[in-house]
Amino acid sequence: MKTLKETKTGESAIVQKLHGTGAIKRRIMDMGITKGVSVFVRKVAPLGDPMEVTVRGYELSLRKADAEMIEVE
Amino acid sequence: MPLKIALAGNPNSGKTTLFNVLTGSNQFVGNWPGVTVEKKEGRLRHEKEITITDLPGIYSLSPYTLEEVITRQYLLEEHPDVILNIVDASNLERNLFLTTQLLELGIPVVVALNMMDVVEKNGDVIDTAALSKLLGCSVVTISALKSKGISALIQTIKEDGTARSVTPPHRFDDTVEQALEQIAAHLPPTVKASQARFYTIKLFERDSKLPSSFEPVLRACEPIIESVETALDDDAESIITAGRYLFLTSEIARCYRKKTQKKHSTSDKIDRIVTNRFAALPIFAVIMFLVYFISVTTVGTFVTDWTNDGLFGEGFHLFGIGAGEYETAVEAFEADPTLEEPSASDYGIWVNGIPVLLENGLDAINTAPWLKDLILNGIVAGVGAVLGFVPQMLVLFFLLAFLESCGYMARIAFILDRIFRKFGLSGKSFIPMLIGTGCGVPGIMASRTIENERDRKMTIMTTTFIPCSAKLPIIAMIAGALFGGAWWVAPSAYFVGIAAIITSGILLKKTKLFSGDPAPFVMELPAYHWPTVRNILSSMWERGWSFIKKAGTVILLSSIFIWFTSTYGIENGQFAAVSENSNSFIAMIGSVFAWIFAPLGFGTWQSAVAAINGLVAKENVVNTFGILYGFAEVAEDGAEFWSRLAADFTVVSAYAFLVFNLLCAPCFAAIGAIKREMNSAKWTFIAIGYQTIFAYAVALCINQIGSLILFGTFSVFTVVAFLIVAAFLWLLLRPAKQSERVRLKGASNA
Repeated sequence: MKTLKETKTGESAIVQKLHGTGAIKRRIMDMGITKGVSVFVRKVAPLGDPMEVTVRGYELSLRKADAEMIEVE
Repeated sequence: MPLKIALAGNPNSGKTTLFNVLTGSNQFVGNWPGVTVEKKEGRLRHEKEITITDLPGIYSLSPYTLEEVITRQYLLEEHPDVILNIVDASNLERNLFLTTQLLELGIPVVVALNMMDVVEKNGDVIDTAALSKLLGCSVVTISALKSKGISALIQTIKEDGTARSVTPPHRFDDTVEQALEQIAAHLPPTVKASQARFYTIKLFERDSKLPSSFEPVLRACEPIIESVETALDDDAESIITAGRYLFLTSEIARCYRKKTQKKHSTSDKIDRIVTNRFAALPIFAVIMFLVYFISVTTVGTFVTDWTNDGLFGEGFHLFGIGAGEYETAVEAFEADPTLEEPSASDYGIWVNGIPVLLENGLDAINTAPWLKDLILNGIVAGVGAVLGFVPQMLVLFFLLAFLESCGYMARIAFILDRIFRKFGLSGKSFIPMLIGTGCGVPGIMASRTIENERDRKMTIMTTTFIPCSAKLPIIAMIAGALFGGAWWVAPSAYFVGIAAIITSGILLKKTKLFSGDPAPFVMELPAYHWPTVRNILSSMWERGWSFIKKAGTVILLSSIFIWFTSTYGIENGQFAAVSENSNSFIAMIGSVFAWIFAPLGFGTWQSAVAAINGLVAKENVVNTFGILYGFAEVAEDGAEFWSRLAADFTVVSAYAFLVFNLLCAPCFAAIGAIKREMNSAKWTFIAIGYQTIFAYAVALCINQIGSLILFGTFSVFTVVAFLIVAAFLWLLLRPAKQSERVRLKGASNA
């Protein structure tokens, strides 16, 4: 199983499933990361975390620990 | 016709700009009841019977954030006539996600499509008529920035405000719709027909913020929800959220024609440099240096000095006319004391300061001497010293508003998140702390830019640990009097401050006050854009004014208190204005508290009074020692009485005194700022109490353990010191409870 965390900078991935529960999961979904959407990994912050992705035409930053809950293909 | 409009939309959608355009100066800023979230209301320009409530910027109506819950409650309970939903047209999908939820509330919605110019510039086309049909509500294009399309928008709001019924715009998957139908049948009869769709969906999502009266219904619906979850292999909340986005992605294509993707926008180009792996931190350092340099060192200090020495001092030369000549005359006088001392008012255009004008005025009406003293030395001196910070703060707020609205502030959080989240702080906490090295007051006020309430409170509580410029004289005094001016004393003070912030962050993060679910850091990085001067100025003024109003009262009362207790006392058995400092009430208060400081190594009433006076302004600590040691006027670092100080203190107790004064409750101005930002008396006391107890514990450990090592003294307090160190280490190292659990659950599922 591959997660968004493991997706390399400059690569796109399709979201398969979201793990986790509660506030964080809902927040990730509310921001547009839902099943079937394409996510492009733009860059990683200078200190190695968080990461910046493009989803639904805008830029979003999320921590790697949270990106680990997003299963992609 | 009276009309209640609720303005809702995503953050960064131009909501504030639109609100300013619609209301002009008819705004009232307050807080939502019981929380620190700002509430703005206003009346429409030229049409005073139409009121607008600016709801917090939100992405969804989930039950998880304070802002979202506030918005829901307002919309469900206050029954606005129209929801004005501002939508960033250049980011349609995510913005309309909120719209799909607003449309279920049974209130007419008017969508204001903002930033159409960006869409057109990209060569894209949005068919508003088709969009209106798709959503089932009116759609108007506007440009909030250029005030375009506003009158058409107001016209539409008025038409739709005459209670047009709204049909829910979209249907979910058939399986879901069937389940929703079954749930709707269980709804309690108290639910209004217009709000039925909202409550049905919330029941399906098992929303945690539903009223308790819904519990039996939810239990009855549980099998229905579970069967859908099994059929679709996902949880109910995800099914609904994904369903909304699915609807939007599939339908929007019909009304949104995108030109082939351009390679890189200007915003992308800026971002490539600004958050570049190697350049990001140097660029950040330069920007921070500029903010600090402009607001604290140059412009800020210049204006603050003028306010303190000119406006609230003796007076000033208007536009500096005559200032140069006066300087020359003073130099001549200093070189040759036989000359007549020059008076500043004889040169150029001299304007008297407020205290001088007041004194003249009070003399003219024969005011009683005690009242004159109260007004001049109690109120004007105290409040004036604080108002002196206002210009500096306005400069800072101007720069912060610029960084916020151009989009860089979000990048700061992005760049620094990794370091700060370890201490329970946000990447944005860096700014308050940096500003705090100049002055804690604007530092605390700068915490406003942190959205997350918990991060913000933590930042407010720890910002004043950093030595501000007013604490520098104390450092210089202790370093000079007891350490022979050793170079390491000043840097060590900053090190103590930073260590206090880090340990407090880790320690507080694990307490009940700050525990709970970790704040999600899933943050939009908005496109860079050039902000309008008008928005920056109004944001600057709003913050500055709220400081004057809220902090002002705290400062006024405390200034009067300190003035009274140090002017009056019991002399020769009678209440009187004292001639000997040791007879004043403040000396009595000092004596009462002196024993408390004994374990810290400075149990004299002088030290206690100095610490208390430090609450008015930290530089007063030095002056107080000067007065109490019998010197009328002392240098900033108090060089005159260093020998007296050296006799009263040991190196260890002096350092303990220094650390206590650095870390304990800040000056009244900063306490006022804490009160303003916390917006709660309880949290203000928690903050001040924590700082003072923390300072006491650290100073006690320094004095006791230091004395044991250097002088071999051992007492019961040495044991206490070791117990404190042990307790401190335990608090620091014990595992965090709840916040980790959530993450583990997520990991075990995966």
